[in-house]
Amino acid sequence: MMLSFTAPGPLGTAAEVLPYLLDGAVVTVKVALGATPVALALAFIAGLAGCSGSRWARGVSRGYLEFFRGTAVIVQMYWIFYAMPALTGYRLDPVFAGVIAVGLNLGAYGSEVVRGAIAAVPVPQREAGIALNFGPVQRMVRIILPQAWVAMLPPLNNLWIELLKATSLVSVISVADVIAESRTLRNTGYSPLVVMTLVLLIYLLLALIITLIMRMLERRAAHRVGREPPPLLPRRRRRRPPVPVRGEVA
Amino acid sequence: MEREPVPAPADAAPAAGDWMIRFDQVVKRFGDLTVLDHLDFHVRAKERVTLIGPSGSGKTTILRLLMTLERVTGGLIEVDGRPFSHMPGRGGLVPANEKHLRVARRKIGMVFQQFNLFPNMDVMRNITEAPVRSLGRSREEAETRGAELLEMVGLADKAHEHPARLSGGQQQRVAIARALAMEPEILLLDEVTSALDPELVAGVQCLLRDIAQESQLTILCVTHEMHFARDISDRVLMFDRGRIVEDGPPEQIFGEPREQRTRDFLQAVIEAG
Repeated sequence: MMLSFTAPGPLGTAAEVLPYLLDGAVVTVKVALGATPVALALAFIAGLAGCSGSRWARGVSRGYLEFFRGTAVIVQMYWIFYAMPALTGYRLDPVFAGVIAVGLNLGAYGSEVVRGAIAAVPVPQREAGIALNFGPVQRMVRIILPQAWVAMLPPLNNLWIELLKATSLVSVISVADVIAESRTLRNTGYSPLVVMTLVLLIYLLLALIITLIMRMLERRAAHRVGREPPPLLPRRRRRRPPVPVRGEVA
Repeated sequence: MEREPVPAPADAAPAAGDWMIRFDQVVKRFGDLTVLDHLDFHVRAKERVTLIGPSGSGKTTILRLLMTLERVTGGLIEVDGRPFSHMPGRGGLVPANEKHLRVARRKIGMVFQQFNLFPNMDVMRNITEAPVRSLGRSREEAETRGAELLEMVGLADKAHEHPARLSGGQQQRVAIARALAMEPEILLLDEVTSALDPELVAGVQCLLRDIAQESQLTILCVTHEMHFARDISDRVLMFDRGRIVEDGPPEQIFGEPREQRTRDFLQAVIEAG
Protein backbone atom coordinates (compact mmCIF):
# COMPACT_ATOMS: atom_id res chain seq x y z
CA MET A 1 0.00 0.00 0.00
CA MET A 2 1.28 3.42 -0.90
CA LEU A 3 1.43 5.92 1.90
CA SER A 4 -0.23 9.19 1.17
CA PHE A 5 1.40 12.27 2.64
CA THR A 6 -1.26 14.65 1.49
CA ALA A 7 -4.18 13.15 3.38
CA PRO A 8 -3.77 13.42 7.15
CA GLY A 9 -3.08 9.72 7.70
CA PRO A 10 -1.52 8.66 11.02
CA LEU A 11 2.02 9.45 9.87
CA GLY A 12 0.95 12.74 8.39
CA THR A 13 -0.79 13.68 11.62
CA ALA A 14 2.29 12.64 13.54
CA ALA A 15 4.51 14.85 11.42
CA GLU A 16 2.14 17.76 11.96
CA VAL A 17 1.76 17.47 15.72
CA LEU A 18 5.31 16.43 16.57
CA PRO A 19 6.85 19.94 16.55
CA TYR A 20 4.21 21.11 19.06
CA LEU A 21 4.77 18.09 21.24
CA LEU A 22 8.53 18.60 21.11
CA ASP A 23 8.05 22.20 22.23
CA GLY A 24 6.09 20.82 25.15
CA ALA A 25 8.75 18.18 25.77
CA VAL A 26 11.38 20.91 26.10
CA VAL A 27 9.28 22.50 28.85
CA THR A 28 8.84 19.09 30.52
CA VAL A 29 12.62 18.58 30.46
CA LYS A 30 13.17 22.08 31.86
CA VAL A 31 10.81 21.48 34.78
CA ALA A 32 12.37 18.05 35.42
CA LEU A 33 15.91 19.46 35.28
CA GLY A 34 14.89 22.28 37.61
CA ALA A 35 13.22 19.96 40.10
CA THR A 36 16.07 17.41 40.12
CA PRO A 37 18.64 19.48 42.06
CA VAL A 38 15.90 20.66 44.44
CA ALA A 39 14.83 17.07 45.11
CA LEU A 40 18.41 15.81 45.39
CA ALA A 41 19.45 18.55 47.79
CA LEU A 42 16.36 18.02 49.97
CA ALA A 43 16.86 14.23 49.86
CA PHE A 44 20.41 14.57 51.17
CA ILE A 45 19.60 17.23 53.76
CA ALA A 46 16.57 15.36 55.11
CA GLY A 47 18.25 11.95 54.73
CA LEU A 48 21.33 13.04 56.69
CA ALA A 49 19.15 14.76 59.29
CA GLY A 50 17.26 11.47 59.58
CA CYS A 51 20.50 9.72 60.61
CA SER A 52 21.53 12.52 62.95
CA GLY A 53 22.10 12.04 66.65
CA SER A 54 19.89 15.04 67.34
CA ARG A 55 16.27 14.15 68.04
CA TRP A 56 15.24 17.56 66.84
CA ALA A 57 16.88 17.08 63.43
CA ARG A 58 15.37 13.62 63.09
CA GLY A 59 11.95 15.02 63.99
CA VAL A 60 12.10 17.77 61.36
CA SER A 61 13.26 15.27 58.73
CA ARG A 62 10.46 12.89 59.65
CA GLY A 63 7.86 15.68 59.56
CA TYR A 64 8.99 16.74 56.09
CA LEU A 65 8.90 13.15 54.86
CA GLU A 66 5.45 12.37 56.22
CA PHE A 67 3.93 15.64 55.05
CA PHE A 68 5.13 15.53 51.48
CA ARG A 69 4.82 11.77 51.07
CA GLY A 70 1.33 11.84 52.50
CA THR A 71 -0.16 14.58 50.32
CA ALA A 72 -0.58 14.38 46.53
CA VAL A 73 1.81 16.31 44.29
CA ILE A 74 -1.13 17.82 42.47
CA VAL A 75 -2.55 19.21 45.71
CA GLN A 76 0.85 20.60 46.69
CA MET A 77 1.11 22.21 43.27
CA TYR A 78 -2.35 23.76 43.51
CA TRP A 79 -1.57 24.94 47.00
CA ILE A 80 1.74 26.57 46.06
CA PHE A 81 0.31 28.15 42.94
CA TYR A 82 -3.25 29.10 43.96
CA ALA A 83 -3.45 29.04 47.76
CA MET A 84 -0.10 30.50 48.74
CA PRO A 85 -0.73 33.85 47.00
CA ALA A 86 -3.67 34.33 49.38
CA LEU A 87 -1.18 34.10 52.24
CA THR A 88 1.76 35.96 50.77
CA GLY A 89 0.07 38.17 48.24
CA TYR A 90 2.63 37.05 45.71
CA ARG A 91 2.01 34.60 42.86
CA LEU A 92 4.93 32.42 41.77
CA ASP A 93 5.81 31.85 38.15
CA PRO A 94 3.98 28.62 37.20
CA VAL A 95 7.15 26.83 36.05
CA PHE A 96 8.87 27.78 39.30
CA ALA A 97 5.85 26.63 41.34
CA GLY A 98 5.94 23.31 39.47
CA VAL A 99 9.67 22.89 40.06
CA ILE A 100 9.26 23.57 43.79
CA ALA A 101 6.27 21.23 44.23
CA VAL A 102 7.84 18.34 42.34
CA GLY A 103 11.21 18.91 44.04
CA LEU A 104 9.67 18.98 47.53
CA ASN A 105 7.65 15.83 46.87
CA LEU A 106 10.37 13.69 45.31
CA GLY A 107 12.90 15.03 47.81
CA ALA A 108 10.79 13.48 50.56
CA TYR A 109 10.91 10.06 48.90
CA GLY A 110 14.61 10.53 48.19
CA SER A 111 15.35 11.25 51.85
CA GLU A 112 14.28 7.71 52.71
CA VAL A 113 16.61 6.35 50.04
CA VAL A 114 19.52 8.36 51.42
CA ARG A 115 18.74 7.45 55.03
CA GLY A 116 18.34 3.76 54.20
CA ALA A 117 21.58 3.59 52.21
CA ILE A 118 23.53 5.29 55.00
CA ALA A 119 22.05 2.95 57.61
CA ALA A 120 23.01 -0.02 55.42
CA VAL A 121 26.75 0.76 55.51
CA PRO A 122 28.15 -1.82 57.94
CA VAL A 123 28.74 -0.52 61.48
CA PRO A 124 32.37 -1.80 61.51
CA GLN A 125 33.16 0.73 58.78
CA ARG A 126 32.09 3.50 61.13
CA GLU A 127 34.11 1.93 63.93
CA ALA A 128 37.22 1.72 61.75
CA GLY A 129 36.70 5.43 61.09
CA ILE A 130 36.61 6.13 64.83
CA ALA A 131 39.67 3.96 65.40
CA LEU A 132 41.53 6.06 62.83
CA ASN A 133 40.37 9.19 64.65
CA PHE A 134 38.29 10.66 61.84
CA GLY A 135 35.80 13.25 63.09
CA PRO A 136 32.05 12.67 62.61
CA VAL A 137 31.88 14.80 59.45
CA GLN A 138 34.99 13.20 57.96
CA ARG A 139 33.56 9.73 58.69
CA MET A 140 30.37 10.64 56.87
CA VAL A 141 32.03 12.32 53.89
CA ARG A 142 35.08 10.11 53.40
CA ILE A 143 33.84 6.68 54.49
CA ILE A 144 30.06 6.33 54.81
CA LEU A 145 28.65 8.40 51.94
CA PRO A 146 30.91 7.02 49.19
CA GLN A 147 29.81 3.52 50.16
CA ALA A 148 26.15 4.47 50.60
CA TRP A 149 26.14 6.22 47.22
CA VAL A 150 26.48 2.86 45.42
CA ALA A 151 23.39 1.55 47.19
CA MET A 152 21.45 4.75 46.56
CA LEU A 153 21.78 4.81 42.79
CA PRO A 154 19.28 2.10 41.71
CA PRO A 155 16.44 3.50 43.88
CA LEU A 156 17.37 7.04 42.84
CA ASN A 157 17.02 5.93 39.23
CA ASN A 158 13.43 4.95 40.03
CA LEU A 159 12.79 8.25 41.75
CA TRP A 160 14.25 10.31 38.94
CA ILE A 161 11.82 8.65 36.53
CA GLU A 162 9.02 9.24 39.05
CA LEU A 163 10.07 12.88 39.11
CA LEU A 164 9.90 13.09 35.33
CA LYS A 165 6.40 11.65 35.38
CA ALA A 166 5.32 13.91 38.23
CA THR A 167 6.14 16.93 36.06
CA SER A 168 3.16 15.90 33.88
CA LEU A 169 1.01 17.59 36.55
CA VAL A 170 2.36 21.08 35.87
CA SER A 171 -0.15 21.41 33.04
CA VAL A 172 -2.83 21.99 35.71
CA ILE A 173 -1.13 25.23 36.72
CA SER A 174 -0.99 26.43 33.11
CA VAL A 175 2.54 25.35 32.19
CA ALA A 176 2.75 24.42 28.50
CA ASP A 177 4.45 21.06 28.96
CA VAL A 178 4.01 18.06 26.71
CA ILE A 179 0.70 17.16 28.40
CA ALA A 180 -0.71 20.66 27.95
CA GLU A 181 0.34 20.61 24.29
CA SER A 182 -1.27 17.23 23.75
CA ARG A 183 -4.52 18.50 25.26
CA THR A 184 -4.54 21.49 22.95
CA LEU A 185 -3.84 19.25 19.94
CA ARG A 186 -6.66 16.86 20.87
CA ASN A 187 -9.04 19.74 21.38
CA THR A 188 -8.07 21.06 17.96
CA GLY A 189 -9.23 17.78 16.43
CA TYR A 190 -6.06 15.78 15.98
CA SER A 191 -6.35 12.03 16.49
CA PRO A 192 -5.95 11.23 20.17
CA LEU A 193 -4.49 7.89 19.15
CA VAL A 194 -1.62 9.51 17.29
CA VAL A 195 -1.08 12.35 19.77
CA MET A 196 -1.14 10.22 22.88
CA THR A 197 1.04 7.51 21.31
CA LEU A 198 3.64 10.15 20.60
CA VAL A 199 3.37 11.47 24.16
CA LEU A 200 3.92 7.93 25.46
CA LEU A 201 6.99 7.56 23.29
CA ILE A 202 8.40 10.93 24.40
CA TYR A 203 8.10 9.98 28.10
CA LEU A 204 9.57 6.56 27.41
CA LEU A 205 12.52 8.06 25.56
CA LEU A 206 13.21 10.54 28.38
CA ALA A 207 12.99 7.75 30.97
CA LEU A 208 15.43 5.65 28.98
CA ILE A 209 17.89 8.55 28.86
CA ILE A 210 17.61 8.85 32.65
CA THR A 211 18.25 5.14 33.08
CA LEU A 212 21.26 5.29 30.79
CA ILE A 213 22.77 8.16 32.81
CA MET A 214 22.09 6.39 36.10
CA ARG A 215 23.52 3.13 34.81
CA MET A 216 26.73 4.91 33.90
CA LEU A 217 26.91 6.46 37.36
CA GLU A 218 26.20 3.06 38.90
CA ARG A 219 29.01 1.45 36.95
CA ARG A 220 31.45 4.11 38.03
CA ALA A 221 30.37 3.92 41.65
CA ALA A 222 30.55 0.11 41.71
CA HIS A 223 34.02 0.22 40.19
CA ARG A 224 35.14 2.67 42.89
CA VAL A 225 34.18 0.34 45.73
CA GLY A 226 35.80 -2.60 43.98
CA ARG A 227 32.63 -4.32 42.83
CA GLU A 228 31.95 -5.81 39.43
CA PRO A 229 30.15 -2.99 37.58
CA PRO A 230 26.64 -3.88 36.38
CA PRO A 231 26.36 -4.08 32.56
CA LEU A 232 25.16 -0.91 30.82
CA LEU A 233 22.66 -2.86 28.74
CA PRO A 234 21.06 -6.14 29.75
CA ARG A 235 23.34 -8.98 28.80
CA ARG A 236 22.24 -12.46 27.87
CA ARG A 237 22.68 -14.63 30.90
CA ARG A 238 25.33 -17.24 30.33
CA ARG A 239 23.99 -20.74 30.72
CA ARG A 240 25.77 -22.84 33.27
CA PRO A 241 27.35 -25.96 31.82
CA PRO A 242 25.30 -29.00 32.74
CA VAL A 243 26.53 -30.72 35.88
CA PRO A 244 27.89 -34.14 34.94
CA VAL A 245 26.08 -37.05 36.55
CA ARG A 246 28.21 -38.75 39.13
CA GLY A 247 30.25 -41.57 37.61
CA GLU A 248 29.85 -40.24 34.11
CA VAL A 249 33.11 -39.54 32.30
CA ALA A 250 33.25 -36.11 30.75
CA MET B 1 21.43 6.38 80.14
CA GLU B 2 22.34 5.09 83.52
CA ARG B 3 25.81 6.08 84.53
CA GLU B 4 27.25 5.27 87.90
CA PRO B 5 28.77 8.09 89.88
CA VAL B 6 32.37 8.66 89.03
CA PRO B 7 34.85 8.08 91.81
CA ALA B 8 36.58 11.18 93.05
CA PRO B 9 39.41 12.06 90.70
CA ALA B 10 42.65 10.39 91.54
CA ASP B 11 45.50 12.58 92.72
CA ALA B 12 46.50 15.09 90.09
CA ALA B 13 49.61 13.08 89.30
CA PRO B 14 49.02 9.33 89.29
CA ALA B 15 51.02 7.51 91.89
CA ALA B 16 52.88 5.31 89.46
CA GLY B 17 54.04 7.39 86.51
CA ASP B 18 54.71 4.49 84.19
CA TRP B 19 51.14 3.19 83.94
CA MET B 20 50.07 3.52 80.34
CA ILE B 21 46.55 2.22 80.89
CA ARG B 22 44.66 2.17 84.17
CA PHE B 23 41.17 0.73 84.68
CA ASP B 24 39.73 1.92 87.96
CA GLN B 25 36.56 0.11 89.10
CA VAL B 26 35.33 0.01 85.51
CA VAL B 27 31.78 -1.23 85.02
CA LYS B 28 30.24 -1.87 81.62
CA ARG B 29 26.66 -2.99 81.27
CA PHE B 30 24.60 -3.67 78.18
CA GLY B 31 21.05 -3.46 79.50
CA ASP B 32 20.83 -6.02 82.29
CA LEU B 33 24.00 -7.77 81.24
CA THR B 34 27.07 -6.81 83.23
CA VAL B 35 30.08 -7.39 81.02
CA LEU B 36 32.74 -5.76 83.19
CA ASP B 37 32.23 -5.82 86.91
CA HIS B 38 34.28 -3.23 88.84
CA LEU B 39 37.39 -4.10 86.92
CA ASP B 40 40.78 -2.85 88.11
CA PHE B 41 43.98 -3.35 86.17
CA HIS B 42 47.05 -1.53 84.98
CA VAL B 43 49.21 -1.91 81.94
CA ARG B 44 52.71 -0.44 81.96
CA ALA B 45 54.15 1.45 79.01
CA LYS B 46 55.60 -0.90 76.37
CA GLU B 47 54.05 -3.88 78.10
CA ARG B 48 52.55 -6.52 75.84
CA VAL B 49 49.46 -7.99 77.44
CA THR B 50 47.25 -10.77 76.13
CA LEU B 51 43.71 -11.14 77.37
CA ILE B 52 42.40 -14.69 77.33
CA GLY B 53 39.19 -16.23 78.57
CA PRO B 54 35.91 -17.69 77.37
CA SER B 55 33.65 -15.80 74.94
CA GLY B 56 31.60 -13.14 76.68
CA SER B 57 34.13 -12.71 79.47
CA GLY B 58 34.60 -9.05 78.54
CA LYS B 59 37.97 -9.14 76.73
CA THR B 60 36.83 -7.48 73.53
CA THR B 61 34.79 -4.96 75.52
CA ILE B 62 38.01 -3.77 77.16
CA LEU B 63 39.53 -3.09 73.74
CA ARG B 64 36.33 -1.40 72.54
CA LEU B 65 36.28 0.84 75.62
CA LEU B 66 39.87 1.84 74.95
CA MET B 67 39.08 2.55 71.30
CA THR B 68 36.07 4.65 72.48
CA LEU B 69 33.69 2.44 70.52
CA GLU B 70 31.85 1.95 73.82
CA ARG B 71 31.44 4.20 76.86
CA VAL B 72 31.92 3.03 80.43
CA THR B 73 28.84 2.61 82.60
CA GLY B 74 30.84 3.34 85.72
CA GLY B 75 34.41 3.81 86.90
CA LEU B 76 37.27 5.53 85.18
CA ILE B 77 39.84 4.71 82.52
CA GLU B 78 43.12 6.61 82.44
CA VAL B 79 45.62 6.54 79.62
CA ASP B 80 49.12 7.89 80.05
CA GLY B 81 48.21 9.43 83.39
CA ARG B 82 45.25 11.40 82.06
CA PRO B 83 41.54 10.72 82.36
CA PHE B 84 40.44 8.97 79.18
CA SER B 85 36.81 7.99 79.60
CA HIS B 86 36.15 11.24 81.45
CA MET B 87 37.29 14.82 81.36
CA PRO B 88 37.55 17.54 83.97
CA GLY B 89 34.39 19.57 84.43
CA ARG B 90 31.94 20.79 87.07
CA GLY B 91 34.57 20.51 89.78
CA GLY B 92 35.20 16.82 89.12
CA LEU B 93 35.17 14.49 86.20
CA VAL B 94 32.35 14.25 83.68
CA PRO B 95 31.91 11.75 80.82
CA ALA B 96 34.18 12.72 77.93
CA ASN B 97 32.74 14.54 74.94
CA GLU B 98 33.70 13.93 71.30
CA LYS B 99 36.36 16.65 71.39
CA HIS B 100 38.09 15.12 74.43
CA LEU B 101 37.88 11.64 72.91
CA ARG B 102 39.42 12.80 69.65
CA VAL B 103 42.47 14.03 71.49
CA ALA B 104 42.54 11.06 73.86
CA ARG B 105 42.36 8.32 71.24
CA ARG B 106 45.20 9.87 69.24
CA LYS B 107 47.53 7.51 71.09
CA ILE B 108 45.57 4.37 70.29
CA GLY B 109 45.31 2.20 67.21
CA MET B 110 43.25 -0.91 66.65
CA VAL B 111 43.29 -3.88 64.30
CA PHE B 112 39.94 -5.62 63.92
CA GLN B 113 38.97 -9.24 63.47
CA GLN B 114 37.24 -8.44 60.13
CA PHE B 115 39.97 -6.02 58.89
CA ASN B 116 37.38 -3.30 58.11
CA LEU B 117 39.36 -1.80 55.26
CA PHE B 118 37.51 0.96 53.42
CA PRO B 119 36.23 -0.48 50.11
CA ASN B 120 36.01 2.97 48.54
CA MET B 121 39.78 3.50 48.73
CA ASP B 122 42.75 1.63 47.33
CA VAL B 123 45.35 0.13 49.66
CA MET B 124 47.57 3.22 49.78
CA ARG B 125 44.61 5.50 50.39
CA ASN B 126 43.39 3.25 53.20
CA ILE B 127 46.75 3.79 54.89
CA THR B 128 47.26 7.49 54.14
CA GLU B 129 43.76 8.94 54.47
CA ALA B 130 43.74 9.12 58.28
CA PRO B 131 47.28 10.57 58.66
CA VAL B 132 46.36 13.25 56.09
CA ARG B 133 42.88 14.08 57.42
CA SER B 134 43.39 13.52 61.10
CA LEU B 135 47.09 14.13 61.79
CA GLY B 136 47.44 16.86 59.18
CA ARG B 137 50.32 15.19 57.32
CA SER B 138 50.97 16.19 53.73
CA ARG B 139 49.92 13.65 51.11
CA GLU B 140 53.57 13.07 50.03
CA GLU B 141 54.75 12.56 53.58
CA ALA B 142 51.91 10.12 54.27
CA GLU B 143 52.58 8.20 51.07
CA THR B 144 56.28 7.88 51.79
CA ARG B 145 55.47 6.46 55.20
CA GLY B 146 52.71 4.33 53.65
CA ALA B 147 55.18 2.82 51.20
CA GLU B 148 57.57 1.98 54.06
CA LEU B 149 54.78 0.32 56.02
CA LEU B 150 53.61 -1.66 52.99
CA GLU B 151 57.19 -2.79 52.48
CA MET B 152 57.30 -3.88 56.11
CA VAL B 153 54.11 -5.93 55.85
CA GLY B 154 55.34 -7.43 52.57
CA LEU B 155 52.81 -5.78 50.25
CA ALA B 156 54.90 -3.13 48.53
CA ASP B 157 53.50 -4.16 45.14
CA LYS B 158 49.85 -3.84 46.22
CA ALA B 159 49.76 -0.09 46.92
CA HIS B 160 47.22 0.65 44.21
CA GLU B 161 45.30 -2.57 44.44
CA HIS B 162 41.72 -2.59 45.63
CA PRO B 163 41.15 -4.18 49.07
CA ALA B 164 38.51 -6.53 47.65
CA ARG B 165 41.14 -8.05 45.37
CA LEU B 166 43.41 -9.06 48.27
CA SER B 167 43.32 -12.26 50.28
CA GLY B 168 42.21 -12.14 53.91
CA GLY B 169 45.80 -12.33 55.10
CA GLN B 170 46.83 -9.48 52.82
CA GLN B 171 43.85 -7.38 53.93
CA GLN B 172 44.82 -7.89 57.55
CA ARG B 173 48.40 -6.85 56.77
CA VAL B 174 47.07 -3.66 55.20
CA ALA B 175 44.91 -3.08 58.29
CA ILE B 176 48.00 -3.47 60.48
CA ALA B 177 49.92 -1.00 58.32
CA ARG B 178 46.95 1.37 58.45
CA ALA B 179 46.84 1.27 62.25
CA LEU B 180 50.62 1.83 62.49
CA ALA B 181 50.48 4.78 60.09
CA MET B 182 48.70 6.72 62.83
CA GLU B 183 51.80 6.33 65.01
CA PRO B 184 49.94 4.99 68.02
CA GLU B 185 51.54 4.34 71.39
CA ILE B 186 49.02 1.64 72.19
CA LEU B 187 48.01 -1.04 69.71
CA LEU B 188 44.84 -3.06 70.27
CA LEU B 189 44.60 -6.40 68.48
CA ASP B 190 41.10 -7.89 68.51
CA GLU B 191 41.24 -11.55 67.46
CA VAL B 192 43.15 -10.47 64.40
CA THR B 193 43.64 -13.96 62.97
CA SER B 194 40.24 -15.51 63.77
CA ALA B 195 38.75 -14.59 60.39
CA LEU B 196 41.70 -15.88 58.36
CA ASP B 197 42.12 -19.15 56.50
CA PRO B 198 44.31 -21.46 58.59
CA GLU B 199 47.27 -21.27 56.20
CA LEU B 200 47.32 -17.47 56.36
CA VAL B 201 47.32 -17.26 60.16
CA ALA B 202 51.01 -18.01 60.67
CA GLY B 203 52.16 -15.19 58.35
CA VAL B 204 50.11 -12.52 60.10
CA GLN B 205 51.14 -13.79 63.54
CA CYS B 206 54.77 -13.75 62.50
CA LEU B 207 54.44 -10.15 61.32
CA LEU B 208 52.83 -9.09 64.60
CA ARG B 209 55.51 -10.88 66.61
CA ASP B 210 58.17 -8.89 64.73
CA ILE B 211 56.28 -5.65 65.31
CA ALA B 212 55.89 -6.44 69.00
CA GLN B 213 59.60 -7.16 69.37
CA GLU B 214 60.94 -4.27 67.34
CA SER B 215 58.56 -1.46 68.31
CA GLN B 216 58.03 0.51 71.48
CA LEU B 217 54.30 -0.13 71.40
CA THR B 218 52.13 -1.02 74.35
CA ILE B 219 50.07 -3.92 73.04
CA LEU B 220 46.76 -5.29 74.25
CA CYS B 221 45.83 -8.44 72.40
CA VAL B 222 42.70 -10.57 72.55
CA THR B 223 43.22 -14.00 71.03
CA HIS B 224 42.14 -17.61 71.16
CA GLU B 225 45.48 -18.77 69.77
CA MET B 226 47.43 -19.76 72.85
CA HIS B 227 50.75 -20.21 71.02
CA PHE B 228 50.47 -16.69 69.69
CA ALA B 229 49.56 -15.40 73.16
CA ARG B 230 52.63 -17.10 74.59
CA ASP B 231 54.89 -15.69 71.85
CA ILE B 232 53.69 -12.13 71.73
CA SER B 233 53.07 -11.22 75.35
CA ASP B 234 55.02 -10.65 78.51
CA ARG B 235 51.88 -10.79 80.60
CA VAL B 236 48.65 -12.74 80.32
CA LEU B 237 45.33 -11.86 81.96
CA MET B 238 42.78 -14.65 82.29
CA PHE B 239 39.21 -13.27 82.30
CA ASP B 240 35.98 -14.83 83.38
CA ARG B 241 32.63 -13.04 83.69
CA GLY B 242 34.08 -9.57 83.58
CA ARG B 243 36.73 -10.17 86.22
CA ILE B 244 40.39 -11.06 86.13
CA VAL B 245 40.83 -14.61 87.40
CA GLU B 246 44.58 -14.84 87.00
CA ASP B 247 47.35 -12.45 86.06
CA GLY B 248 50.89 -13.55 85.32
CA PRO B 249 53.67 -14.10 82.82
CA PRO B 250 52.83 -16.47 79.96
CA GLU B 251 55.18 -19.19 81.22
CA GLN B 252 53.29 -19.33 84.49
CA ILE B 253 49.76 -19.03 83.07
CA PHE B 254 50.31 -21.65 80.39
CA GLY B 255 52.87 -23.79 82.30
CA GLU B 256 51.49 -23.93 85.81
CA PRO B 257 48.20 -22.09 86.11
CA ARG B 258 47.25 -21.48 89.71
CA GLU B 259 43.50 -21.15 89.30
CA GLN B 260 41.17 -24.02 88.51
CA ARG B 261 39.19 -21.77 86.13
CA THR B 262 42.34 -21.10 84.08
CA ARG B 263 43.19 -24.82 83.98
CA ASP B 264 39.67 -25.68 82.81
CA PHE B 265 39.75 -22.99 80.13
CA LEU B 266 43.17 -24.01 78.80
CA GLN B 267 42.13 -27.66 78.83
CA ALA B 268 39.01 -26.79 76.80
CA VAL B 269 41.05 -24.78 74.30
CA ILE B 270 43.55 -27.61 73.86
CA GLU B 271 40.76 -30.13 73.32
CA ALA B 272 39.01 -27.87 70.81
CA GLY B 273 42.19 -27.00 68.93
